[in-house]
Amino acid sequence: MPDQLIFAMEVFLNGLMAGVLYALVALGFVLIYKASGIFNYAQGVMALFAAMTLVGIMNGQVPFAHLINAIFGTHVHYFGWNVPALVAIVLTMGVMVLLAWCVQRFVMRHLVGQEPIILFMATIGLAYFLEGVADLMWGSEIKTLDVGLPQGINLWIDESTFNIFGYGFFIDNLDIVATVIAALLVAALVAFSQYTKQGRAMRAVADDHQAALSVGISLNFIWVMVWSVAGFVALVAGIMWGTKSGVQFSLSLIALKALPVLMLGGFTSIPGAIVGGLIIGVGEKLFEFAVGPLVGGATENWFAYVLALIFLVFRPQGLFGEKIIERV
Amino acid sequence: MLDNPEGYVTEDGRKIGGVVMEMKNITLRFGGVVAIKDISFDIREGEIRAIIGPNGAGKSSMLNVISGFYVPQEGEVWFHGAKRPQMRPFEVAQQGIARTFQNIALFEGMSVLDNVMTGRLSFMKTNILQQAMWKGKAEAEEVENREAVEKIIDFLEIQHIRKTPVARLPYGLKKRVELARALAAEPKLLLLDEPMAGMNVEEKEDMSRFILDVNDEFGTTIALIEHDMGVVMDLSDRVVVMDYGKKIGDGTPDEVRNNQEVIDAYLGVSHD
Repeated sequence: MPDQLIFAMEVFLNGLMAGVLYALVALGFVLIYKASGIFNYAQGVMALFAAMTLVGIMNGQVPFAHLINAIFGTHVHYFGWNVPALVAIVLTMGVMVLLAWCVQRFVMRHLVGQEPIILFMATIGLAYFLEGVADLMWGSEIKTLDVGLPQGINLWIDESTFNIFGYGFFIDNLDIVATVIAALLVAALVAFSQYTKQGRAMRAVADDHQAALSVGISLNFIWVMVWSVAGFVALVAGIMWGTKSGVQFSLSLIALKALPVLMLGGFTSIPGAIVGGLIIGVGEKLFEFAVGPLVGGATENWFAYVLALIFLVFRPQGLFGEKIIERV
Repeated sequence: MLDNPEGYVTEDGRKIGGVVMEMKNITLRFGGVVAIKDISFDIREGEIRAIIGPNGAGKSSMLNVISGFYVPQEGEVWFHGAKRPQMRPFEVAQQGIARTFQNIALFEGMSVLDNVMTGRLSFMKTNILQQAMWKGKAEAEEVENREAVEKIIDFLEIQHIRKTPVARLPYGLKKRVELARALAAEPKLLLLDEPMAGMNVEEKEDMSRFILDVNDEFGTTIALIEHDMGVVMDLSDRVVVMDYGKKIGDGTPDEVRNNQEVIDAYLGVSHD
């Protein structure tokens, strides 16, 4: 087999893995969009916030330490304990549910029935607010996140591909774990929305508010639930990205990478988010590999957006989005 | 006979019970517009109660007050002998008041079966963890509710479209699915907002038959709004007539038919 093809295969596999991480962020967008028609710009910041909270709890950091020290003249920074990863994840989830409740109670509840653009603007505000709170709560320095996920080269793949092709593929263990977890997450979300009472209520609310009320569904409850689930997805995405590249504020920018994924997959489709993520991941890695050297590289920065633009022109509803039919 | 508080038996042998719901001096305003003006009436257990009146008389507003979508500025709503505190629509629904809408409010993206299943939501008591585990209690609950739903689907003769997404159905069938969803909640009071609006004669006959059957079979108390005088007179036990937000008549179809004010409202009268 020619070397180029073998390299391309490795690039392809790595692209798939990167795509899974994009898909994880896109998933959070789809969930909220489906259930409430809100494009939640804050999804990326939620992932950042979740990752920072997780690190903070694990390290026993005192929340709002700077604020407390400034007001009371104290010097507290750490409680002096370490919380096991699993317990910290559960606690962080609790914080995300609380956040969901606050978002619904103090922001979205007052905007029911408003234009989508107004709701979108509200989530932009929410994004910056949350970023500020995260900074104030846990500090702005870059932190490492280690919840015990395996990292580094997968030796088994390295060895077996070396035996077959005479060249060992570099696949990160973390990417493999991320793929498995993403697959489980999607399966769980689909099962939840299709087969449970709450899932049915969620779909009902997404479809028609009046009708949902008339069968006894509390809109507030469903919306808090949806934001909580989105918070959970953000937490998972935050753990993956945080473990991979450290918990830092640039994490919130991955939200922008999720946009082209949504353009491809459609805003309303959970499988679409996955497939869209994979296409973007594979596409940009292969494009960089094939075309990058010819144009001086760095194609990964723009490839996804150009692809999304092409999709917008030829298939605006995305691959799996509901078809847009105007009735006259 | 109608005045007996304990109830009575109709000519066709149906049992009518005591008062289930009582509206006392309801006034509803939208800014300066008075939609409902000091109206009182009651609904008795097991009866079919119609609210009729010309366009803009305030019929739908009245239905929205009963189902909690509108909150009246004055007046009281009594349900099962107790004054109802101010409630949000989903709480009213949980109390056992189901409704349909004038402009059909179905979950368009979901199948007929799923739509009707949403009517059973308040019967499903298992929590989210049990649902996640699925086996055991949650599964038994799903099966049990599914059976109830299938019965209603059979009853309304919509078996053949069970799995069809609602968006694809014709208007008349959508109305029937909406009725099925409301029935699935096993309501103590069923509110129908113009169940026959926009239907052809055949569809109207079907719908009338279903309404009568529902009332007969399940003993469901029904309050309905309708434009079509003929249909109303055939269906209902008692009729409230509204005009410009006021009540101008209340009684059996025969009484109402011979009420001069009602005739004037419907046929128009010269103001000289």
